[in-house]
Amino acid sequence: MTTTTDINDTSSPLSTLVQEAKGLAAAPHDAYHDDGETHVAVNSERNRPLYASRIKVYPKLAKGFFRRIKWAVMLVTLGIYYVTPWIRWDRGLNAPDQAVLIDFPHRKFYFFFIEIWPQEVYYITGLLILASFVLFLVTSIAGRVWCGYACPQTVWTDLFIYVEKWIEGDRNARIKLDKAPLSLSKISKKVSKHSIWLLIAFATGGAWVFYFDDAPTLANNLLNLSADPSAYMFIGLFAASTYLLGGLAREQVCTYMCPWPRIQGAMFDDDSLLVSYKDDRGESRGKHKKGASWEGRGDCIDCGACVAVCPMGIDIRDGMQLECIQCALCIDACNDVMKKVDRPLNLIGYDTPANKERRLKGLPEVAVNLLRPRTVIYTFLLIAVSAFMLTTLVTRATIDLNVLRDRNPLFVQLSDGALRNGYTIKVINKEHVPQVFRVSLEGITGAVLSRQFVGHENVSDINVPADSLKSVKFYITLPYANRGQLDNGEADLNIVVQNLTTQETVKNATVFRGPED
Amino acid sequence: MTSAPHKDEISGVDTTGHEWDGIRELNNPLPKWWIYSFYVCILWSIVYWVLMPAWPILTTDGWTYTKGLLGYSQRAVVTEEIQDAQAKLAPFRDKIAASEFSEIVTNPELMSIAVAGGKAAFGDNCAPCHGSGAQGAVGFPNLNDDDWIWGGSLDEIHTTLQHGIRWDADDDSRFSQMPAFLADEILERGQVEDVATYVLTLNGSAEANEQSARGAVVFAEQCASCHGADGTGNMELGAPNLADHIWLYGGDLPTIVETVSYSRTGVMPAWSTRLSEGTLKELALYVHSLGGGQ
Repeated sequence: MTTTTDINDTSSPLSTLVQEAKGLAAAPHDAYHDDGETHVAVNSERNRPLYASRIKVYPKLAKGFFRRIKWAVMLVTLGIYYVTPWIRWDRGLNAPDQAVLIDFPHRKFYFFFIEIWPQEVYYITGLLILASFVLFLVTSIAGRVWCGYACPQTVWTDLFIYVEKWIEGDRNARIKLDKAPLSLSKISKKVSKHSIWLLIAFATGGAWVFYFDDAPTLANNLLNLSADPSAYMFIGLFAASTYLLGGLAREQVCTYMCPWPRIQGAMFDDDSLLVSYKDDRGESRGKHKKGASWEGRGDCIDCGACVAVCPMGIDIRDGMQLECIQCALCIDACNDVMKKVDRPLNLIGYDTPANKERRLKGLPEVAVNLLRPRTVIYTFLLIAVSAFMLTTLVTRATIDLNVLRDRNPLFVQLSDGALRNGYTIKVINKEHVPQVFRVSLEGITGAVLSRQFVGHENVSDINVPADSLKSVKFYITLPYANRGQLDNGEADLNIVVQNLTTQETVKNATVFRGPED
Repeated sequence: MTSAPHKDEISGVDTTGHEWDGIRELNNPLPKWWIYSFYVCILWSIVYWVLMPAWPILTTDGWTYTKGLLGYSQRAVVTEEIQDAQAKLAPFRDKIAASEFSEIVTNPELMSIAVAGGKAAFGDNCAPCHGSGAQGAVGFPNLNDDDWIWGGSLDEIHTTLQHGIRWDADDDSRFSQMPAFLADEILERGQVEDVATYVLTLNGSAEANEQSARGAVVFAEQCASCHGADGTGNMELGAPNLADHIWLYGGDLPTIVETVSYSRTGVMPAWSTRLSEGTLKELALYVHSLGGGQ
């Protein structure tokens, strides 16, 4: 599966390492084919290590169009991440003025003009559905764009590698430094690199907690060491995972831990634009001397530039691989070389399997077909879900009404022959000031509304404090004379709740029950 | 499925010999960090066994378990949490036990605690007969309605709870006894049927006729002294209202005939010996709050 662990390839450094470690270097592992006395099977236990060290990847800094895009994306995404908690948004008195705030103690989520209560978490579900459709659409059009440009793992790893390059130098300098014996300069470089990494990691964890509390207050408390211990714990947790995943684990996160590469592989089709090496043009590859003829050979001069810049440590020329996050840095590296040797650009580039097929058959390339069933379906679903969410968001009431009918008992027979049903009415006041709500009945005649616990100024009015839920038990009594409305022991009715200040009204359909005929 | 392990043609990696529908598994080595994480997990589990309750042990006294150095027990935690909650409630419950109903009803905080406590106590003690929703059953009154045999005010409900109904062990128990008119040979079978027919006319569920007219005479002689001339009952005596739409044992003719013939003697325990005064008050408030309290 992975090229880095191909132990049977004698040229692989891992294999050599393993052989040496097992004292087998003298005995060739493919002695199977020998006629000598040692016959070691291909799958000999001795040949098969159970586990292997990671082979460190030293990505060279690429320069070019895609590297510039990645810098821009990094700037924007990290900017959004670090700055967002500090944006203010005026919601008036009694409400936080932080634009984006996840307020766990009060169980509310603020996002600019949107306020989400716990029972509206389906908006988050909707957002996740939208996010996945965007992801599916983008992936079917242009492959692992998310992995290559926008995934936090990619962005932070990119940042960490840049810091590494800044302190220790580029690829060759870093390889040399790691091989060099311990010296004062090596120690100082390593210490400063890890210190900066930790600083970034703590800034990452630090920014995270600001989403959950008023940022300026929390920042002040954090500095005074008077913030809640959970804040320090989460900063520590996120700092540790950022340092570990972005600094140390890097490409292993994508290769071993992330399920997404496996899923995305199923979303490509023949018309997907994927970062690929055009072997029809590049092969046969070989070294090229300046001024030599390009006749009878491919454009690939086997310079290894694409391998040197790859943060995943793979060779794009081996074809589509699970490890490839399609960051397009090999395109930059190769184009640099193609310019120097004066050959057409994009020997490595965004290419569709369909066009590769056509070129192999000697047919001209065709424009990428964007209108394919899967792109159309994804786009349609994307629009449908967005429209649905937008509609519910715009038409959302600021009153939330919930009526729970008593089920035990279903109804109560009163001594004068009347029937009584109990209803728990829950009203949520989403305004930041107290409100009075008036309860009335609709669709049933003669029914009388009463309320548990006497001593209320007005039976049908509910006073709800700001930003709160109030639960009140009401009884509806249907006199004996009005029983005729029951159809097989059941009558439909609406419980209507009106906000007396805003006149806004919500209804909840329920039933009144009596004995079945 | 298995296939012979061999070197995979494309990757050059050995296969494990495991094969599923033509998909073969490559025998790549595990990353070292993975195996080390696995070892750390094993170590952690051993530390956990030492610190936390872990292994069952069979002793001569039956099964027990290793308690762990930290002595953690979920049961102990729950017990402690319940004690904490009780301790927090204690001042309120003492106040409920010591206060008059009139004081509790006007104090919303005490009231909500009392009703919640009453609901819990009702589920533990009363629900087996009266039902979890206090909806009652044949012979066990529905406590949601507005019909009360012994009175539906807070004080009356409280007294009923304290001393029970026909509870021999309590001298103050509420007691009423309707004669078994047929069994005790006070009335003839025909007269019982007449009076039952008359009773059915009291709430308007049957038309008056010749038989009910005969029954009315019997009623005036035998029943009116307790149930009242108009059959509306008498709470002082525990004589049920016969002119309403609520029946404890059933309002059809055969059931009423049976009731008149053999009487009914439902029993409710006296709870003052089993529950604290505060709990009884809470129960009274809860029952009163169900919608029928007077």
